[in-house]
Amino acid sequence: MAILEVRDLKMYYKTLRGHVKAVDSVSFDIERGKALGIAGESGCGKTSMAVTVLRLLPSNGKIHGGSVKLDGIDIVKLDDEEFRKSVRWKKISMVFQGAMNALNPVHRVGDQIVEAILAHEDVPHQEAATRAEELLDMVGINPKRYKEYPHEFSGGMKQRVVIAMALACNPDVIIADEPTTALDVMVQSQVLKAMEDLRKRLDLSMMLITHDLSVIAQTCDNIAIMYAGKIVEYGNVIDVFDNPTHPYGMGLVKSFPNIKAERTRVRSLPGFPPNLLAPPKGCRFHPRCPLAGDICMEEEPELIEIGSNSHKVACHKVDMLERGVNIWEQ
Amino acid sequence: MGAVRATDQERSVGHGEVILDVENLVKHFPLRRGIAQSLRGGPELAVKAVDGVSFNVKKGELFGVVGESGCGKTTMGRTILRLLEPTAGRVTFEDIEVTALSAEQLKQLRTRMQIIFQDPYESMNPRLDVHRIIAEPLRIQGMVSNSKDAIPYIEKALEDVEMTPPEEYLYRYPHELSGGQRQRIAVARALVLDPEFIVADEPVSMLDVSIRGEILNLMLNLSRERGVTFLYITHDLATARHICDRIAVMYLGKMVEKGPTDNLVKHPLHPYTRALIGAVFVPDPKRKGFGKVLKGEVPSPVDPPSGCRLHPRCPIAQDICKEVEPELVPADDNHMVACHFALG
Repeated sequence: MAILEVRDLKMYYKTLRGHVKAVDSVSFDIERGKALGIAGESGCGKTSMAVTVLRLLPSNGKIHGGSVKLDGIDIVKLDDEEFRKSVRWKKISMVFQGAMNALNPVHRVGDQIVEAILAHEDVPHQEAATRAEELLDMVGINPKRYKEYPHEFSGGMKQRVVIAMALACNPDVIIADEPTTALDVMVQSQVLKAMEDLRKRLDLSMMLITHDLSVIAQTCDNIAIMYAGKIVEYGNVIDVFDNPTHPYGMGLVKSFPNIKAERTRVRSLPGFPPNLLAPPKGCRFHPRCPLAGDICMEEEPELIEIGSNSHKVACHKVDMLERGVNIWEQ
Repeated sequence: MGAVRATDQERSVGHGEVILDVENLVKHFPLRRGIAQSLRGGPELAVKAVDGVSFNVKKGELFGVVGESGCGKTTMGRTILRLLEPTAGRVTFEDIEVTALSAEQLKQLRTRMQIIFQDPYESMNPRLDVHRIIAEPLRIQGMVSNSKDAIPYIEKALEDVEMTPPEEYLYRYPHELSGGQRQRIAVARALVLDPEFIVADEPVSMLDVSIRGEILNLMLNLSRERGVTFLYITHDLATARHICDRIAVMYLGKMVEKGPTDNLVKHPLHPYTRALIGAVFVPDPKRKGFGKVLKGEVPSPVDPPSGCRLHPRCPIAQDICKEVEPELVPADDNHMVACHFALG
């Protein structure tokens, strides 16, 4: 059974010029112990979706419908206090983007983990401190460094501390928002390896948000590709990477440089994502899509299953695409 | 999609004429010491950002410099252009010794050597419109007397970066442009003086993957069709692999390996290059696996390890590595490596 079931989730930001539909009817599941990667360009709503699930919205962001079921309970319906007490960090926690700068520079690293524990659990300080040491150990940092300050840590280690913090209350689901984006390749590899080991050991479910498709390919079971607030393609990583079918998904996967591949020209997708204040009518990708026809400008395509293994694509021209034409080739 | 075919990329390199020659370039940033420390004496401390780097770039070539943050690649790029004054060493551009020029001569040389900066959001004055951003180099060089005269140059530069029709963009401000468009403006600004050599310092790292290709292909086209030479500085081996003719790998202020791209990527010789290539993730879920990475982290460039700088982290290090610094020596056909044990 899916531990996290998101259905038709809508979250809009209210601005002076109208609603920004950052998350617009998004549905997906995460099975227990599995990892879902959310891919997409900046501004496609990946991070907005994460903060919606954790209900950490800014004052102008509001959920306009849909449900988020965690273990069968709709956490959208809980009141704020109850959500804070029983769900946030205890059931779902998050590793924030730019986590390296998320640590408070004037507090000791260990104390910051203790703070996270004490904010959510009623345990004696000593017990929390012991747990903080265990957590540091778990992410591969010597617990003796409990008393050090963030500036004494390297970027990769700070990132590990933030991961330890997210694990502080034994959550079931962890949301990692661009957890390695600012790190060098070798450090990125070390951090993701540590996360992968932890996830297996603790049977954690994960939602990994990144624009880096190679990270998803290496660490996730499933992938959802977002464009302009919607999921346009969803499926098992192997299906999606082998046979990306949505024109956008195809462009994104094919434009990602692969060091192991033979040298080819670097591809790109012409154009840029739409303004979410007034997204294009019909399929939101139609202004950039080489296949777009009349129907694409009028009707919004549904996310429908193609083939097997619940590979889903939201495109009117899916029949054409299934035949495997590479529309971006000229 | 770009117009350059893969086959065109596979040009033979190593026979062209040298346009840029860098000899033993050094850039140290002295550290400030407290009064007590300076009274006590002791050695002057410095961040050894670039510590003796030699290489050359051939005309029309796309030369990649790859390394992790802090390896000195950006400092090297800037020191070559003398945006930073070198501590020692010599840079020769064609037959001009860049490191010996006066400020006035250097200004003249700027028409031939340009730079594209990393961040298209910060490298442009938000109060200037596109027309004034691109006109600035022309104005500084005194090539135009008023903004009207500049228009043909600007329109040509915009066409070169495929922002057409140019009139549509002339009077827009940076905030009205997307990231990819801004970076095109940055390229146009570098191109407006019709330079022969451009340092591109991480030109795509701030851009989304789907539009990186546009800028990279643009660079590739400029190099193939107009013969512009590029020094492409990046942390991303995967993009360098697809556009560069030759790649040099830097570690802690030193060049550890350089060679033709295919050769270097498929048969890396230096243990650092191997680890770096192994750590790059592949966008293919069927080839899962975290590569073997080096233990530990990059040491401080203030006090780099003795001998070979990689030795504390190197899986094949032996006693000699602690004492003797390896020279960059030829392995085969244009491929050079600085390691005591890389050549068997």
